[in-house]
Amino acid sequence: ADIISTVEFNYTGDLLATGDKGGRVVIFQREQETKSRPLSRGEYNVYSTFQSHEPEFDYLKSLEIEEKINKIRWLPQQNAAHFLLSTNDKTIKLWKISERDKRAEGYNLKDEDGRLREPFRVTELRVPTLKPMDLMVEASPRRTFANAHTYHINSISVNSDYATYLSADDLRINLWHLEVTNRSFNIVDIKPANMEELTEVITAAEFHPHHCNVFVYSSSKGTIRLCDMRSSALCDQHSKFFEEPEDPSSRSFFSEIISSISDVKFSHSGRYMMTRDYLSVKVWDLNMENRPVETYQVHEYLRSKLCSLYENDCIFDKFECCWNGSDSTIMTGSYNNFFRTFERNSRRDTTLEASRESSKPRAILKPRKVCTTGKRKKDEITVDSLDFNKKILHTAWHPTENIIAVAATNNLYLFQEKVN
Amino acid sequence: MFVRGLKRKCFDGEEDIEGTLAGIKAIPSYNLQRQSLLDMSLVKLQLCHMLVEPNLCRSVLIANTVRQIQEEMTQDGTWQMINTQSTGQASLDRLVSTDILCRSSRDQAEGKHVPGYGTFNKDFESDQAQDSSETMSTASSVQAPRNLQSNVWEMENPQENKGNFQKSLDQIFETLENKSPNSVEDLFSEVDNSYYDLDTMLTGMMSNTKMGHCDNLETFSSPTNTASNSNCKSDLNDLDHIVEILVES
Repeated sequence: ADIISTVEFNYTGDLLATGDKGGRVVIFQREQETKSRPLSRGEYNVYSTFQSHEPEFDYLKSLEIEEKINKIRWLPQQNAAHFLLSTNDKTIKLWKISERDKRAEGYNLKDEDGRLREPFRVTELRVPTLKPMDLMVEASPRRTFANAHTYHINSISVNSDYATYLSADDLRINLWHLEVTNRSFNIVDIKPANMEELTEVITAAEFHPHHCNVFVYSSSKGTIRLCDMRSSALCDQHSKFFEEPEDPSSRSFFSEIISSISDVKFSHSGRYMMTRDYLSVKVWDLNMENRPVETYQVHEYLRSKLCSLYENDCIFDKFECCWNGSDSTIMTGSYNNFFRTFERNSRRDTTLEASRESSKPRAILKPRKVCTTGKRKKDEITVDSLDFNKKILHTAWHPTENIIAVAATNNLYLFQEKVN
Repeated sequence: MFVRGLKRKCFDGEEDIEGTLAGIKAIPSYNLQRQSLLDMSLVKLQLCHMLVEPNLCRSVLIANTVRQIQEEMTQDGTWQMINTQSTGQASLDRLVSTDILCRSSRDQAEGKHVPGYGTFNKDFESDQAQDSSETMSTASSVQAPRNLQSNVWEMENPQENKGNFQKSLDQIFETLENKSPNSVEDLFSEVDNSYYDLDTMLTGMMSNTKMGHCDNLETFSSPTNTASNSNCKSDLNDLDHIVEILVES
């Protein structure tokens, strides 16, 4: 199994898609609860697996283009088939996943094994009939959106109009129509005329869940810009600018790096947005630009270790974050296969671990704690014994129920709230 | 972390002359740590995996950090500081403990500066002033390594240092931007091939250093060189590979 690079539930939560470093997409489907096992909640089993992207070679630059899937986004379901967008660094693809459970039999021009019949052997005409067959799930690429990004794509976001979507790379954001592959519109371009002046890049972008003209993008300097596509064709001028003033007493050489936003997500309500930087998660009210309304420390104990984390490159890890269906709880990952949830109303936070040892099936997860003071209590873990290779960068929350998907390197964990 | 023997050698040499540095041995100074961070950053900028396009966000963040350090060093006037930590591969071995660098600037102001070091610097400068107009330049973190090449350290005065430094940072972004044959030629045209041999370059540089009292710094650096020869060689192998790709394209 390869390293999982993205996790995403679809709009109903019945399907869960994962993308990995090898360019593969694996889709899990929730089993329907049956009468025979009324108490068992639906489990997720593999539904479909396909190779979305292949490694490519850019001959002009003599560089490889990785096949790693950076993001998957589902389209809302409009017929029996499911559609999703998957992207690597350079190319976005629209995939159709459809079921086939019937097979046509009784062709006139070919045998049952597919060989063409001799024309003179056809003595009568018959209408082929549909016979049931074992369920087969097919994935087929329907559109390929290529050659629009010079830099590495970090985000895709489907618009609420269900007809367009945006794709963002380090310096530009493009707007696409799902039906049109040979043209995209550039809506944000922050590339300086002189690349020597480059000091800031785009790190994430997302459409507003309800207003199809509004999107936001975050930067490596810890700022978020909200843009309205009605104001101009090129949204280089933002409509709103979100930035928290820096605390001068905590300034260090690493201040900028840890302020770089790795993920931005609108709340389901559309009233708030959440940003993840290296040490914290912040919730912003779209009506207030000068500071976030809530700030949650994910792993503040790492602040004194920033130089080591810079040395081993961990400081550049891009953690994602997600909302639960009712926007009451937020979740994000950390190191040592820990992930954290924060309840916004009660301000209660929980640290849990995704590992085989600590999670037998159906067992309740035990909360974990990192010891920050000198005295280590039983079951606590010291900061120095954290495994920084075990990082949880990708998590997803079911849109309506309390089921979460947590990607720990090359393993996918699914947890659900215990129902008595 | 600092190799103790080396550190003692360096500062012991000065102690006889200045007699103010006894306190430094135990705690690496803020300046040294900052220098170490700068070296580490330059190594990071250089050591991008050239088979796949380097992560632009990471490069930009590192470059900004480097600029920040450079600006602070300019304000401090420490561009003229002796830089014994020559190239990057050495710095990885000698990384200092992270505490001081991770503390806020307020903590710094509250007395983390080792006073002795500052006076050492000043005294040194006054000595030099009596010599020629040439300031003590040198190896100080002068030029950010170009993305496709080895470290090219030049012996110039600080003003040129800064200019070259900025120029090299810029070149890194340019090469990230366009790897057309023309730009490759431009990059290579200015380079003296002798610099590709890191070993001779380092030793040559050390011997050129007008340190005045600090001749023993030359011997200071050579153990570092031998220790990190293997790193040099692997860097050179990467370099050959990169050059091969460029030449063929």
